[in-house]
Amino acid sequence: MTGTFVGMPAFPAAARDALDNAQLRANLDHATSTIRAKRAAVVGELEQWEALRIAGAAIKDDVLLRLDDHLLTLESALQDAGAVVHWARDAAEACRIVAEVARAHEADEVVKVKSMVTQEIGLNEALAAEGIAAWETDLAELIVQLGDDLPSHILVPAIHRNRSEVREIFLREMPDAPPGLTDDPARLAEAARMHLREKFLRAKVAVSGANFAVAETGTLVVVESEGNGRMCLTLPDVLVSVVGIEKVVPSWRDLEVFLQLLPRSSTGERMNPYTSTWSGVTAGDGPQEVHVVLLDNGRTRALADEIGRQALRCIRCSACLNACPVYERVGGHAYGSVYPGPIGAILNPLLRGVGSSDQVDSLPYASTLCGACYEVCPVLIDIPSVLVNLRAQVVDAHRSGLPKAEAVAMKTARATLSSSWRLALAERFTRIGLGAARRFGASAWTRSRDLPEAPQESFRKWWRRTGGRP
Amino acid sequence: MSARADIIGDVRRALAGAPPAPVIERNYLAPSTASTGEVIERFIERVADYQAVVERCDANEVAKRIARAIPQEGAVVVPAGLSWQVPGAVEDTGLSARELDAVHAVVTAATAGIAETGTILLQHGEAEGRRALSLVPDLHVCVIREDQIFAGVPEVMSQLDPRRPTTWISGPSATSDIELIRVEGVHGPRTLHVIVVGT
Ligand code: SF4
Repeated sequence: MTGTFVGMPAFPAAARDALDNAQLRANLDHATSTIRAKRAAVVGELEQWEALRIAGAAIKDDVLLRLDDHLLTLESALQDAGAVVHWARDAAEACRIVAEVARAHEADEVVKVKSMVTQEIGLNEALAAEGIAAWETDLAELIVQLGDDLPSHILVPAIHRNRSEVREIFLREMPDAPPGLTDDPARLAEAARMHLREKFLRAKVAVSGANFAVAETGTLVVVESEGNGRMCLTLPDVLVSVVGIEKVVPSWRDLEVFLQLLPRSSTGERMNPYTSTWSGVTAGDGPQEVHVVLLDNGRTRALADEIGRQALRCIRCSACLNACPVYERVGGHAYGSVYPGPIGAILNPLLRGVGSSDQVDSLPYASTLCGACYEVCPVLIDIPSVLVNLRAQVVDAHRSGLPKAEAVAMKTARATLSSSWRLALAERFTRIGLGAARRFGASAWTRSRDLPEAPQESFRKWWRRTGGRP
Repeated sequence: MSARADIIGDVRRALAGAPPAPVIERNYLAPSTASTGEVIERFIERVADYQAVVERCDANEVAKRIARAIPQEGAVVVPAGLSWQVPGAVEDTGLSARELDAVHAVVTAATAGIAETGTILLQHGEAEGRRALSLVPDLHVCVIREDQIFAGVPEVMSQLDPRRPTTWISGPSATSDIELIRVEGVHGPRTLHVIVVGT
């Protein structure tokens, strides 16, 4: 075993400083335990919860296993509804399409709804390079953007900032911040409301993602809380939505499953304050020019992975982050990706491919394999099994010549994974898993596990030094 | 090759040898045993849970309740097809976003409601008004008839036209982005006032 065995340093090194940062840990502790409790309460309210999860997983599997048909159905339904459909193989292509739409309207700015996919493709940076400003309008995204920072949680991207830090950022970066601004969250939210209102009123072009895209009817769905989404989807003349190809659901009716699963899993509410659905252009109401960019960017690569493809069921609820003992201690930044936590640990290698970067290759090790993520996942993604399978792929990718005995064993294991296998593999191949695996037998599988020793290099230092790349 | 052909081709290659799609079992569809009265009560209770104002009245009282809900001062806008008279309100004739920003309150009808989640749905027809109308003003008064309220999410789906824009509203706009402390009212209406009308 060398010092950089199968790329392990990247995640652990990043995790080390995060573990040293007391403020971050306190914020994360508070946030994840609060959301966990809320989620448990509203999930417990629905007797049919397990049946919903099973249906949700089955609908998404149907989508993935017939994705070509569903995408073509979606395309024609969107076109019938008056939308312009674009296809983008990768991030650069998607960014170019969005920039072209903005330029066609001579827009030097766009307003944005929080969307994971536009972060994934680095849209803001790409637009900036074209002289187009992209204004994030979600409060947390605004905090992250103004603080020149990185999001650390799918749902609450500024979870690592406390109120006084937010106040400082606003006073420093918002020219129109009220002079006597206090750190009361209500006052801070009001400052953001005033700051963004003018941008909403003057915006010509908006950019969104979509939580779901209904193939049969060409309906896009955005789930949100603050109303910034509604502003972006309604007020500008032109709307561009970037949609990962896995976001499809077959029929309108399928939303009845996901609109129950998502808010309860995500914010722990019976329903989020606002959900908007629209199909192309509606005369006299909202944007009269509507573009939809269907994005691959590694999704077909993930789809080709027999065990890994279930990760594409993900509805980005972030329940697995809040349930994860590793995430709770180290936070989102340590994962070096817009997709942190357990889902990030599988999605990043699946989208980007194993063996191309040590940083990505280290992510399948960012887990104790305790299984808490699987237990809460509303679409039943068996994250531990996918992690173990990816570890085997990482091992393969880092060996030259004939695979060694362990690699062969792991390859064989892909087909017949079991709890004991997970334990054995965890014990063998991860330092993080090691302590845990020693302490607990397979019978204690779902109990929470121990975590790595607190480390040396500070995360901020590491990030500055490496920019997230090992 | 076009991006479209490439992506569809890659999807098909990725799925070569994949198992058939599963059967989707909708065992979550539990028939509701609640009476109509219980459904209405649950709706009211759950709307109130979101810190919305909610009241119930008979059909002949609606105009009076609306008049009480809107501010004494400040402009009020209504969609052209609203069935109730709102004194002093201007009818929406395609006001610009900036003009709407100067309006204090809006009164609209609803398309449907969901008791289980305390949700109001607008499909933005004549009586609900276009989307911007119920978004930009700071107070949204929404009138919903009892017979528009359904027990759960599945029951309401078939009532909706998927091709119409739809807004699902569950309480006033809110954020928990700062230390997870819930703050009502960010960009959407900061006050939601729901009037449930007996039929
Ligand atoms: S993997 Fe499951 S729990 Fe995690 S974000 Fe995706 S849907 Fe939610």
